[in-house]
Amino acid sequence: MTESNLLPSGKARIDSLEMRGITKRFPGVLANDHVDFDVKSGEVHALLGENGAGKSTLMKILYGLYHPDEGQILLNGKPVSISSPNDSINLGIGMIHQHFMLVPTLTVAENVALGLPSSRGALTDLDRVSKRILELAKIYGLKIDPAAYVWQLSVGQQQRVEIIKALYRGAALLILDEPTAVLTPQEVDELFIIMRQMTRDGHGLIFISHKLHEVVEISARITVLRDGRKIGTRPTSETTKQDLANWMVGREVGFAPERGHSDLGAARLQLDGIHCKNDRGAQGLRGVSLEVRSGEILGIAGVSGNGQRELAESITGLRKITSGRVRLEGQEITNVTPGEITERMMSYIPEERMKDGMIKEFTVAENLILREHHKSPFSRNGFLNLRGIASHSDRLIQEFRVKTPSRETLVKNLSGGNIQKVALARELSRKPRVIIAAQPTRGLDIGATEYVREQLLAERRKGTAVMLISEDLDEILALSDRIAVIYEGQVMDIVPRETATPQKLGLLMAGVHPE
Amino acid sequence: MISELFTTTVLIGILASGIRLATPYLYAAIGETFSQKSGVLNLGVEGQMLLGCFAAFYVALTTENLWLGLLAAMIVGAVMGLAMAFVTVNLHAQQGISGIGFYLFGLGMSDLLFQKLLGTVETVKGFPEIYIPGLSDIPGIGEIFFSQNILVYGAFLLVPIAWFVLNKTTLGLKIRSVGENPDAADSLGVSVARVRYFTIILGGTLSGLAGASLSIALLNVFQQNMTSGLGFIAVALVYFGAWKPAGVLAGALLFSMVNSLQLWIQVLGIPVPSDIAVMMPYVLTILVLVATVSKVRTPSALTKPFERED
Repeated sequence: MTESNLLPSGKARIDSLEMRGITKRFPGVLANDHVDFDVKSGEVHALLGENGAGKSTLMKILYGLYHPDEGQILLNGKPVSISSPNDSINLGIGMIHQHFMLVPTLTVAENVALGLPSSRGALTDLDRVSKRILELAKIYGLKIDPAAYVWQLSVGQQQRVEIIKALYRGAALLILDEPTAVLTPQEVDELFIIMRQMTRDGHGLIFISHKLHEVVEISARITVLRDGRKIGTRPTSETTKQDLANWMVGREVGFAPERGHSDLGAARLQLDGIHCKNDRGAQGLRGVSLEVRSGEILGIAGVSGNGQRELAESITGLRKITSGRVRLEGQEITNVTPGEITERMMSYIPEERMKDGMIKEFTVAENLILREHHKSPFSRNGFLNLRGIASHSDRLIQEFRVKTPSRETLVKNLSGGNIQKVALARELSRKPRVIIAAQPTRGLDIGATEYVREQLLAERRKGTAVMLISEDLDEILALSDRIAVIYEGQVMDIVPRETATPQKLGLLMAGVHPE
Repeated sequence: MISELFTTTVLIGILASGIRLATPYLYAAIGETFSQKSGVLNLGVEGQMLLGCFAAFYVALTTENLWLGLLAAMIVGAVMGLAMAFVTVNLHAQQGISGIGFYLFGLGMSDLLFQKLLGTVETVKGFPEIYIPGLSDIPGIGEIFFSQNILVYGAFLLVPIAWFVLNKTTLGLKIRSVGENPDAADSLGVSVARVRYFTIILGGTLSGLAGASLSIALLNVFQQNMTSGLGFIAVALVYFGAWKPAGVLAGALLFSMVNSLQLWIQVLGIPVPSDIAVMMPYVLTILVLVATVSKVRTPSALTKPFERED
């Protein structure tokens, strides 16, 4: 073996890896339908597709977590059999999972050592592991403290631990499953630097994402999957974002939603010096004053954890306001119950749709009437009116284009986008006066995102007052009439859309006044 | 009358029997620590102990060999653990409910076997005291710590061993990660099922041993339901000890000392109603749990069955 065949970690390169005709069936779903995919040493090959397109399934097959029904995998031209993560690790394949596979209560070194044979037999050899981690960290330019506990690390640092973990196991080829989904823009830049370094050194990388600009920035080739089938593979230099988006969705998609005209009306929601505590008992909001008028979308921009959740929850009656007041169309609703707020026609699309927005073990129909189940036509004298519920849900399923086998399907069996459509259907169909939408498109694919944004804009045109809390700056800029930037529980500034730029908002989000 | 408690002889007596009485708590609670660390709440400890009690006693009585009795108790506990592991790991049963099932099984089965095989309360000659040369002659200390039987020494030795295994071995690392994030362990090729089988069977074995320590080392009899809630207290001790062997030790000593105190109160005939005295350890369980449980972090995957997502 010549020197150039080795990676800096000392392991052999994987010159090529090829998946041929991979087919995987789940009960009722064809997750992968004769998919071909390959990756070479020294390149980033992006795997692009909407949620449910079969990207994760394909990669879980490659990593040995699933077994394909048909097809074969060739490593450097030779067929290999991968039946467990152990097999793929031994072949030099590593995977960075979307949800980190780390044990928060253990140290970095312990996480890396887990599952590996120790040089001291039954005893752990954490000193030796730590030394090797530092070596690898130096080679690949990753800053890491082997003795730190994982729970102490930022998300970006945790991702580095995942990368080190894979490198430590001799990964020559790395699968990165939506690695940017949880990162801040700066952390994404840092990740891309690491990825470029790794490809220069001869690693092959598979990059899964549905963020087009990232895919175009980092990859050499792009493969698009849709509904379990491969649509095509192209060199990145020969594609445009628009082509890719159309490929993914299977039709023309617009990037900038049509805002249309809207008449600004009276203030519907007014906040006056709101203070509240966060979950740890510290000050969550420190005197927030805002108003949202009829026919406008007020965007709330900010880095995650600066009081967004506290803001949504204190307005909707889920969190106690310690001082200040909230008025809905002039009437005080400070610290009234969520039930009363519902009665006043405020709708809420919570950030954690599976936890706060839906009862996932309930059917679509049941979830659709959660907010108004005690009223006609859904119930009478305490008895549920099944016929009323059925016709209501069938109408909403159609109107909001919810893809579900039936109204009796459990919500947990729907895709993220469809779950959000159920939430939207429930919240919007009651003709709310005010809507609080918290991260309404987080984790959704292009098609569903587009749909949700259109619905919010439609509400705005109808004269509803919409508060849009989002960490996605593009979304904020595309939808909002005015943008309030929240930082450490305070409103830094409120910027009209005409003068808002990403640079200006970015500074405010970091707590800096541009003046 | 109360002043009788504070004579040196009585105090030494209370402490010595307190140390002795910690034995069953320690075996059971250390075993339970292992299974909870791996994410499995085994509420069947009491049942495993009762069957262990009976097996040890019966085998020791019929073969006149205490060591065979001990082995029998451990095997019975291990088999109970195996069954529990199958039900929780393979069948994904609700751990709280299946644990209660195993408790009731152990309670009923030990009673049935007692009626069929023994019929009356008999006694065996239990494990004798071992006087550690030199140390057992120290006044007071010697009587309290160094004049106990082998199972008492074993129980206290188990504490540092458990700490070492959990924190210094690859096995311990696997156990801790399986109890915190089984998905992560699985993705690194650690078999979650195997680790949990191991800890549950180990827990069962130690519960059997805990039972044996009652019937052939401490009390040297077998009676129906003779553990009377001790196994449940052991489960509580794991919470009290914040899943740390040293914490479990502290908890076990606290309870056994209170128990010892109430026994001595009865022995000395101090006019405290015996019902109240007997209640003391149980009341203490509730108070201590209320005071401590909210402050400590449980293993994240505790009571959650593991299944690969699809």
